[in-house]
Amino acid sequence: MILQAIFFYLFAGMCVASAIMVIAARNPVHSVLFLILAFVNAAGLFVLVGAEFLAMILIVVYVGAVAVLFLFVVMMLDVDFAELRTGLLNYLPAGFVVGGILLAELVFVVVAKVIQPGVAKVITAPIPPASAVNNTEALGLVLYTRYVYYFEAAGLILLVAMVGAIVLTLYHKPQVRRQVIAEQVARRRTSAIDIVKVKSGQGLS
Amino acid sequence: MIIGLGHYLSVGAILFTLGIFGIFLNRKNIIIILMSIELILLAVNINLVAFSAFLGDIVGQVYALIVLTVAAAEAAIGLAILVAYYRNRGSIAVEDVNLMKG
Repeated sequence: MILQAIFFYLFAGMCVASAIMVIAARNPVHSVLFLILAFVNAAGLFVLVGAEFLAMILIVVYVGAVAVLFLFVVMMLDVDFAELRTGLLNYLPAGFVVGGILLAELVFVVVAKVIQPGVAKVITAPIPPASAVNNTEALGLVLYTRYVYYFEAAGLILLVAMVGAIVLTLYHKPQVRRQVIAEQVARRRTSAIDIVKVKSGQGLS
Repeated sequence: MIIGLGHYLSVGAILFTLGIFGIFLNRKNIIIILMSIELILLAVNINLVAFSAFLGDIVGQVYALIVLTVAAAEAAIGLAILVAYYRNRGSIAVEDVNLMKG
């Protein structure tokens, strides 16, 4: 139990510290790297609480895809990031006010949280004991049966996002000549060469 | 030293606040704003998974999975819009986004 507490505080502390560095780092590349650290530590928290599948998905999706995407964009755009940081202090008071109010409200909610005794009766899909079914299997048993439409909707969202991202970023330069293989294949001998009989002593007019 | 639901909710609350704070702090840099949104969604996911584990209901994890999907789609679309915008205007400063005079 003490080990669990130690790891909880390790993961939680690292997660919060790297989240602070995400918003405070001077260099956006450092921000992305700290974002990766925050997500890895959040995955550690998920493992601690027994959601192993989500922890691995978090690493695969965020660290493997989203963070690398951010890194690509940050390095691809030639932007003066130092200039973007000017006027930082103008927004600091407003940020503190809004963030402080929000944190106070959330703390009140957490402190005053009361789980009603009836909640245990309305649980829709109880987690089976870990000795019988592991987390991935338990999630699959629910996700592919009762929530299959949500699962398909999620797939549809990803498809639309993929198509949208391609449509937004793909563009052809107008002056670039491209190979059209269909035209090359459809070309026949008659259209390509002309046989002309040339009499001797006369040129081809 | 029992780690309860309140501990996880506290981590979620702190991360959520940091995300909001990051949006205000980096008003000009839209990449950091997108990263702050990712932090906010991570905080929501931590809350969902914590409730799922401590109440013994796996639906919270299903919901967290769908939030994760939407977050990934949002990041892809957001960065694609950013790249398209940078191509047109040569800048990503948020103040320059005033074409529609909104």
